[in-house]
Amino acid sequence: MDFDLMITSLPKLLSAAVITLKLLSASLIIGLFIGFLFAVLRLNKNPFINKFAYGYSYLFRGTPLLVQIFIIYYGLGQIEWLRSTFLWVILKEPYWCAIIAFALNTGAYTSEILRSAFQTIKPGIIEAGKSLGISSKIILYKIQIPVAIRQSLPAYGNEIILMMKGTSLASTVTLMDITGVAKHIVSTTYKPLEVFLLAGGIYLFMTFIIHNLIKYLEKKYSFQ
Amino acid sequence: MDLLSFGKTGWGDELFYATLMTIAVAVTAMLIGFLFSLIFTPLKLSNNKFLNFIGNTYTTVIRGVPELLVIYLFFFGGSGAIMYVASIFGYFEYIEINAFITGSVAIGIISGAYSTEVFRGAIQSIDKGQFEAAKVLGVSKFVQFYKIILPQMLRLAIPNLSNVWQITLKDTSLISVTGLVEIMRQSYIAAGSTRDPLFFYCFAAVLYLMLTFLSMKLINRLEVKYSRGF
Repeated sequence: MDFDLMITSLPKLLSAAVITLKLLSASLIIGLFIGFLFAVLRLNKNPFINKFAYGYSYLFRGTPLLVQIFIIYYGLGQIEWLRSTFLWVILKEPYWCAIIAFALNTGAYTSEILRSAFQTIKPGIIEAGKSLGISSKIILYKIQIPVAIRQSLPAYGNEIILMMKGTSLASTVTLMDITGVAKHIVSTTYKPLEVFLLAGGIYLFMTFIIHNLIKYLEKKYSFQ
Repeated sequence: MDLLSFGKTGWGDELFYATLMTIAVAVTAMLIGFLFSLIFTPLKLSNNKFLNFIGNTYTTVIRGVPELLVIYLFFFGGSGAIMYVASIFGYFEYIEINAFITGSVAIGIISGAYSTEVFRGAIQSIDKGQFEAAKVLGVSKFVQFYKIILPQMLRLAIPNLSNVWQITLKDTSLISVTGLVEIMRQSYIAAGSTRDPLFFYCFAAVLYLMLTFLSMKLINRLEVKYSRGF
């Protein structure tokens, strides 16, 4: 074990962790919007809208994230007319391509989590609200959504951790996140064990923090 | 469609064999994962604090670190580690491990962590009375496991194992970074030589969708089979 190398690579890996966290937070925020939207579409009575939302989540959950990134980063650039639109400003950057792929991916999983949370709300709660004469809009905002959020917390916590691990794929489209930097250091020093173990340690630490944060939130918002 | 024709001009046969390779890696990894869970599930359920710690460390570490990093560690660090062990026994030649083996073992260890959690959960949700009844009837530990615990556990575990299978199947795409020619790698090669990445990556996505769809159908039949009598 080359401990000197570990000490000198630590600051490099830690500054790369900032990129990992940026990728993670951006894709989670966008993914949450997409997830909410598609969860609502899934619960729609119209079979066409319903099927569309199901198709989206099936497509993104049934294929590897790596394929999704490659389609967006390598594939979309091939479409001529896309290159002349303003979208090209975004799509030529690997950073934004990665975020788009991650957001669409986590959005699909989030929509499933939220949908099942909405569907498992006990009908009694909604009926109680109705019998108290509360408008259905307020029932949605003050009863259904808070209860659904609380119920989906544990599953969503897992999804955050899965997504954090997923950001390592950004290194395959030339981004220098933790994995990308670790690989770069290995290619110049030929010491894979030390560097990858250290990078793994950083990821593990981040998992630990997220896990405890979610646990804290679950406790705070638990029904007493 | 010319691009997908079989033979020298198209990529159809190459992609077909690549799909078989993906299936081979996924099945091998899943089996290696079962072997790992066979070792680690008892550790996680053990009353011994030390054994318990080992079991928990395995599942926590593997599930908390990106799959890609585990694969890199095995691919770049694996032959080094084996050469180091070999050098202790006086063997100093360069040893290269096959990409299929490294990939399957790496994915297998990841898959094993997930299936360990599934088996632990399934065993823990079996009614305690079942264990006690077996004990009272004087059933041996071996028969207790094979005739009482295993059938009940499988019924509970299969739905979650199907999730593990899906994760494992999708994780095999990451092995492409080691150069093993499975769906992803083959699409990368085809995309590079035809300059048509959009088509080939979309086709790769379709292949993965087909695999996940077919395996879900198969697993659903297993599920029906094992829930008989309940």
